[in-house]
Amino acid sequence: MELSNLVPIPVLLPLLAAGITLALARHPAWQRVVSGTTLGIVAVLALILCLAADAQGPIVLWVGAWPEGLGIVLVADRLSSLLVLVSSIVTAIVVIFPSRRDIADSADGAPVSVFHPTFLVLTAGVANAFLAGDLFNLFVGFEMLLFSSYVLIMLGATKERVRAGSTYVVVSVISSTLFLLALALVYGATGTVSFAQLPERFAALDPGLQLTIQLLLLVVFGIKAAVFPLQAWLPDSYPTAPASVTAVFAGLLTKVGVYAIIRLQTLLFPESPLTELLLVVAILTLVLGILGALAQGEIKRLLSFTLVSHIGYMLLGVALGTEQGIAGAIFYIVHHILVQTALFIVVGLIERVGGSTSLARLGGLASVPLLAALYLVPALNLGGIPPFSGFLGKVALLDAALAVPSPLSIAAVVAGVATSVLTLIAVIRVWQRAFWQDRGEDDDRVHSLRVLPRIWVVAASALVGITVSLTVLAGPLSEFAQRASVDIEGGAYGVAVEEAMP
Amino acid sequence: MTPSLALAVAGGVLIAAGTYLLLERSLMRILAGVMLAGNGVNLLFLVAAGPAGLGPIVGTPEDEISDPLPQAMVLTAIVISLATSAFLLAMSYRSFQLEGHDEVADDVEDAIVRRRAEADLSSEAYVELTPEEQPDTESGGRGERAGG
Repeated sequence: MELSNLVPIPVLLPLLAAGITLALARHPAWQRVVSGTTLGIVAVLALILCLAADAQGPIVLWVGAWPEGLGIVLVADRLSSLLVLVSSIVTAIVVIFPSRRDIADSADGAPVSVFHPTFLVLTAGVANAFLAGDLFNLFVGFEMLLFSSYVLIMLGATKERVRAGSTYVVVSVISSTLFLLALALVYGATGTVSFAQLPERFAALDPGLQLTIQLLLLVVFGIKAAVFPLQAWLPDSYPTAPASVTAVFAGLLTKVGVYAIIRLQTLLFPESPLTELLLVVAILTLVLGILGALAQGEIKRLLSFTLVSHIGYMLLGVALGTEQGIAGAIFYIVHHILVQTALFIVVGLIERVGGSTSLARLGGLASVPLLAALYLVPALNLGGIPPFSGFLGKVALLDAALAVPSPLSIAAVVAGVATSVLTLIAVIRVWQRAFWQDRGEDDDRVHSLRVLPRIWVVAASALVGITVSLTVLAGPLSEFAQRASVDIEGGAYGVAVEEAMP
Repeated sequence: MTPSLALAVAGGVLIAAGTYLLLERSLMRILAGVMLAGNGVNLLFLVAAGPAGLGPIVGTPEDEISDPLPQAMVLTAIVISLATSAFLLAMSYRSFQLEGHDEVADDVEDAIVRRRAEADLSSEAYVELTPEEQPDTESGGRGERAGG
């Protein structure tokens, strides 16, 4: 069997499973088995793709083999196959968590049977966005994941969720409209939307038009990635969703935006890095995001703000436009997907054990040592304490910034270090308040992990374990990121797509 | 290629009107805005498809047919905007069911943070919590929210 036939599987298999789980709507246990198995298989296939892409360069599939590059092309190069791998690992673990109570929260009669089908379509959309070889297919991938996310963020349609969801849906719809507008411009100006052909044709355009298209696409992807000043929707909308949903959103959806920015900056407009603009945006995202986090009294919101802030690190790497910078950004994306998801999952456990996620109401959770460890390890990792991967990723990025001597990149290094310290302060405040402070006298709740299904604790521990293992895997992973970045800078993508054209 | 000016102008007007409606708080008006802007963008795809008056793809010599690819893209976009409209309608109706209106409200936690700032209190994450002063001075309106 041709290896390239594996490329569409991460998109097709979850879609197929979505149909099956929809048919099994009355059997929640079976639904969970089907989606768990599917995502597990996808993770294994993604690993194979990843190793193959590393060994023999980008794997390209022209779907339907239409002549002259008319059809849809799917490409798994090092970067996209790595991201498909990480996202399928995360989704395969998170899908264990949803139960009737978690999803429905207080909503009676919530249609929880739609969770699994929607979640599977979401993963298919994420995979499609990563593998897409043209702008229009990227748009379709975005729409798939957005529509599922609309449903997931409003599961149960309680008052809070409809309010929070409204903001999210309206902002996303606007960004989709802008994306379509950009597509019309791109096609009108160049006559193609393929990633492989666009760089050459863009280069032939009037510089003003080039810049217009680039900035328009940057705005679109910037909304998805939640970079300043397009980030305000995120902390408003994420925290009200069910814990498992927030975890996946926080881990994956913003990274799809960052991925699109990387492709845009390196593949489509390699000649116009916009370093100053992006560095300023990255610095502002870093600093303002984390200052927002410090003001929050609710753990999920606090983490949402740190999420916004840390997008700044990835943007910093992209902004530099150097091989080292891109490699650092790729490493940081992998680290951040895993750590942020783990933290949100653990906060879900804290909510169940402690009865709240508000710092004013939590306390004394240190009496549950395992939960404390599960929180503390990823929290320190996020803050960038050695030897965790957060530290390694930040050092790689700051190193890359120092290699480009300019006042702005020095400022970025300062902002990066300050953000790291402030992140640590924010997460340690949570640690101190939720785990160590005395509880109110009228609070006679007994904290125990017994209220949780055992498989939750196992799955959360596994996820935290993976984040820790990144420390050990950091060597191979950063070498892989380096090779991916060399690929990107060397233009292997376009060459492979042209060669595979039927 | 000479695109049709009428299409470009019509697209621009639709997008401008849509943008104006998007700035409203009511979800129904936002929906109308999204549909207008979406259709405006679809017209721009027709502009990108080249001059008017060319034949369809079947039964015409190859150099006289109009470009089918933008039409395929517009079809996809139309399907997606149908789904968007349906979802926004449902959302707006649900909001009306719950609140009696369909206006997008401010974020609750934002309001708490803002109220604390106006009252010149320190951030909730930083308050040294002692049990006896917990209920009123510290909650910054949180109790109100729990009650409602």
